[in-house]
Amino acid sequence: MRPSSGEIVDKYKTLTSMDIFSGFALKKPAEWRVWFSVVFRLVRSTLATAAACMAGAAFFLASASVVSSAANAQVQTPEASLPSPAVAKRLKTLESELRCLVCQNQTLADSPAGLAGDLRREVRLLVEQGKSDAEIKAFLRVRYGDFVLYKPPVDPKTYLLWFGPFGLLIIGGISGWLVARRRGLAAKASKHAGEVASTRDGSVPASTRQRAKALLDDDIADKEANR
Amino acid sequence: MSIDPAESSSVAAVNGAAGGVSSAKRAWQFFLPLAIFVALVWFLYRGLFLNPREVPSALINKPAPAFSLTKLHAPDQKFSPAEMKGKVWLLNVWGSWCASCRYEHPLLNDLAKQQVVPVVGFNWKDDPVAAKSWLIKYGDPYQLSVSDLDGRVAIDWGVYGAPETFVIDKAGLIRYKHTGPIDAKVLNETLLPLIRDLKTAS
Repeated sequence: MRPSSGEIVDKYKTLTSMDIFSGFALKKPAEWRVWFSVVFRLVRSTLATAAACMAGAAFFLASASVVSSAANAQVQTPEASLPSPAVAKRLKTLESELRCLVCQNQTLADSPAGLAGDLRREVRLLVEQGKSDAEIKAFLRVRYGDFVLYKPPVDPKTYLLWFGPFGLLIIGGISGWLVARRRGLAAKASKHAGEVASTRDGSVPASTRQRAKALLDDDIADKEANR
Repeated sequence: MSIDPAESSSVAAVNGAAGGVSSAKRAWQFFLPLAIFVALVWFLYRGLFLNPREVPSALINKPAPAFSLTKLHAPDQKFSPAEMKGKVWLLNVWGSWCASCRYEHPLLNDLAKQQVVPVVGFNWKDDPVAAKSWLIKYGDPYQLSVSDLDGRVAIDWGVYGAPETFVIDKAGLIRYKHTGPIDAKVLNETLLPLIRDLKTAS
């Protein structure tokens, strides 16, 4: 390295090491060239990233709008006149138990969609005709299926939904209990083994111990006799 | 030096049984979590390809709800589904305000040109003037269109988002409903085979 090159050489070194890292090595760069290439690539990569993001967002919005624009595009018609307080109270509870099929995580009461407005009008009409809550729900269920009910009905198709979590809780409880019991037993057993080893307490019947002692004594006697 | 033979054999039996239990247990401990994991992955994988917006129609294999609505192009005349008895036909829910209706419209125009199946247009909550000019602009594939101005008949049909397409058989039963725009895949793989089957059925 020639000392006369000074600063430029240092910059050249750091920049070329970067370039090698990115798979592109510069040859004999003048300072302005190096900076230009760095800035150029920075701008280029920024633009590429931005373009990719925008394309992604546009695609996402387009596909989302194809699905949902349809029903959302309607204009909500204001309800004609105010219902009586008793009817209003019933409507409020009914509408909060029914699902809007357009904004699927909203109840009829909450949804601003055009269809929700139509369904609210229909529900109000049925209430004013003296229909019971069950009849009104049946009316909508015939047309839109169980999905229109915010609270799914309990039937064989929904047993898993209703009772599955409790089943999991029971399974978890039983397996937790089994694991805890096994650990407790293992701990007790090892403790017990330790006690037997150290104190030789009465867990082995006295008769057995006597027999063992006799056998050992015999053995020793035999060995000594054979000598 | 005598060992009780009964005692020794029982000890061996206990040891053997313990060995069998532990290896079966080990297999369970391996395969049960694996099975649960595989099942979970399968459900999650299936979930990736399900469309939560698609609500199955409650009207499949039920009689098409009756109505009597004015014709879009002849407001003094009425149309009722009973008139289509004996024919396989489609009811297509559309509106000039509906963006994705435009997407499926060329396919419906093709279908009309080939005269495969009569399509009745169900103009849902639309301004008749706007609806008519929309049909002039994009083509009219419908044998006729009816206007459901306030959306009450749409509720009877369980309509919740245009476009929707119902397939009705000769007996007047709804046999299929497609929610969302029809594309070539849906048309060729689902609708056309179904229509063919329903036409040949007596």
